[in-house]
Amino acid sequence: MNDDKAKHLSGAEFWTDQTHGLCEPHGSPSLAASAERSSKHNRQIAAEIPYFESWREQANAIKRYALMNLDKLLVEFERNMAAKGAEVLWAADAEEANRHVLRIAREHQVRSVVKSKSMVTEEMELNHVLEQEGIRPIETDLGEYIVQLAGQRPVHIVTPALHMSAEDVGKLFAEKLGEPFSAEHQRLTDIARRHLREEYLRAGMGVSGCNFAVADTGTMVVVENEGNAGLSTSVPPVHVALMGVEKVIPSIRHLPVFLNLLARSGTGQKLTTYTHLIHGPLPGKKLYVIIIDNGRTNILKDPAAWQSLFCIRCGACLNACPVYRRTGGWAYGWVYPGPIGAIITPHYLGFERAGELPFASSLCGACGEVCPVKIDIPHQLVHLRHRAVNEPSPMRSPLERLMWRSWAWMMKGPRRYALTMWAVKIGIRMAKFLPWHPGKLGAWTRGRELPQPPAAGSFRGWWRKKNK
Amino acid sequence: MNESSSAHVAPGVHRAPRQDDPPYQRGEPVALFIPCYVDQFFPTIGQACAKLLEKFGVPVVFPDRQTCCGQPAFNSGYWDEARPVIQHFCEVFADQRWIVSPSGSCTAMARVFFGHVDPSPQVVEVGRRVFELTEFLVDILGIEDTGATFAEKVTLHSGCHGRRELGLVETPLRLLRNVKQLEYCELPNIEECCGFGGTFSVKMPGTSLAMGATKVDCILRSGANVVTSVDVSCLMHIGGILKRNEQAQHIRAMHIAEILAAGV
Repeated sequence: MNDDKAKHLSGAEFWTDQTHGLCEPHGSPSLAASAERSSKHNRQIAAEIPYFESWREQANAIKRYALMNLDKLLVEFERNMAAKGAEVLWAADAEEANRHVLRIAREHQVRSVVKSKSMVTEEMELNHVLEQEGIRPIETDLGEYIVQLAGQRPVHIVTPALHMSAEDVGKLFAEKLGEPFSAEHQRLTDIARRHLREEYLRAGMGVSGCNFAVADTGTMVVVENEGNAGLSTSVPPVHVALMGVEKVIPSIRHLPVFLNLLARSGTGQKLTTYTHLIHGPLPGKKLYVIIIDNGRTNILKDPAAWQSLFCIRCGACLNACPVYRRTGGWAYGWVYPGPIGAIITPHYLGFERAGELPFASSLCGACGEVCPVKIDIPHQLVHLRHRAVNEPSPMRSPLERLMWRSWAWMMKGPRRYALTMWAVKIGIRMAKFLPWHPGKLGAWTRGRELPQPPAAGSFRGWWRKKNK
Repeated sequence: MNESSSAHVAPGVHRAPRQDDPPYQRGEPVALFIPCYVDQFFPTIGQACAKLLEKFGVPVVFPDRQTCCGQPAFNSGYWDEARPVIQHFCEVFADQRWIVSPSGSCTAMARVFFGHVDPSPQVVEVGRRVFELTEFLVDILGIEDTGATFAEKVTLHSGCHGRRELGLVETPLRLLRNVKQLEYCELPNIEECCGFGGTFSVKMPGTSLAMGATKVDCILRSGANVVTSVDVSCLMHIGGILKRNEQAQHIRAMHIAEILAAGV
């Protein structure tokens, strides 16, 4: 992936991108349709289980407990994991985590790395960093592999190539791998498998993420469907696993509820095809676990925001989000798109770069309805909007502030209100005769008629007359 | 409220009526809160509300110093500007035990969000007394048949704030089902947002309009010639798009209060 790093980290591009590229109105039909289909499917799967709601509550409570006791649980996990022969490393930020990975790669003379899907490595820009050091990273998740071949970014956290049709993938494989064109799913999978198998055998190191880190048993859990994570973590002589601090759960007894929720909310499966429970390195091999903060403890400090750390990266809120479906993932400008991206990216990148994201929502609340760990995303969005207009951010505008201030003044008394409404009505009556409409008025009339005030007058006028 | 419809309501929801609330006593006055844009642009909706409540023997009052619930500024992040407007609302309605509004989103603003901006007990308490019209009719008064007659094919759009913040799923349906001569048409993907979203509609107009276009497609597929809702704001957006759509010229957007009061 040779994207310009600066561009990748440039924050939200909603305001510039909303009318072209992947974004609607000419968005990717494949992404919109697939996300909608998944969301419907997930709802059906959830509805089949009468106690789904109690699972969500349990998961929420476990995450709440785990994050409140992060200091103890992480140390317990480290102790138990290390006792099994793994080396556990800590990283305050992406840079430090990258330094760890590079040091390990150098120590073991690694030339190429097979990677199974991991969002935290996207945060770290790990592929970019490895390439700069002359180490070749190969994404092994089929979607990630496709996106990497195309030189793009994932559009979705679970299904990275959601924006491409089978035909698009066939063309890509023909162009980049010299394979005969096919749009048949099985044939495309076979091509990817053939190319990837060689890479597993050649790689000096496998990199994976971690879905859950179990403190009491020192177990690392990786779930997947394609078998690529199993191969990436077991075939090369060295396995490096990266995890955010929030991945820890107290006990192995807590795992089943999360496995149930993650598979159902992510891909609508009852269980993922593979669930790897990793207890230390394989015989004769090395295992490194890198625990990364990278801004997470800053979120933990904020009582209005900390529950966003409950996220288990299932992607349900993306699929359910009508805005995400139409804009695609790139519009969100960073690693995490959709509603969850809108509430966590501002914390990671700062409001100056990502303060626009909480506004990329109609506040419909579909995300909060589907979140398996019950993160109150809709309410977080309005809280972050409040911060975005008060802190240095692209959304802090003295002009808009002045506008709302005048609005507040006008709404504080019935006479001012009457005067304002009189002016608004004149404005709207006149708007019909204007050749074009400026600003927000133009944004409304771009595709909608304005309502017209009735000649009979207002409700309060009618009421006054009626009750004379 | 039936269990299956409320199973996936977002957390933090305040659902009315609360168990510990005393029930509505016959003869208690009900104050109308008529949102600013309804007052000025859709006065017949307010009139229909008054008519409906009076029909069932409810004394209706209209505190005429009322203005706005503060939602536009609140949703845009300008809480400091929303606060005095909310406080004004609470002063105006301080003495009212029952407040009824023909808007799901304004009701959600009062009941769910007032406390975010001003957690003082008097503000939260006034906010808690606000009810959406269909909710008040069905859950508080126990009325499911308003005696209306409306000979049209009608589909129901479910506004997101009412649906997800207040759990208003069943009440409008029950009332519509009892309207004489009304043919109810199921709206495909009823849980999807129409794309209005307050200032979202002008901050991200492209996305808002694309969502609206999908909603209009669903309305066309339903076969209805009237689309109704408990939310006037969604209808203003949907209606505005319908007027620009050649295939949809036979479809009217009409608030549920006007249907429930038709022929009453």
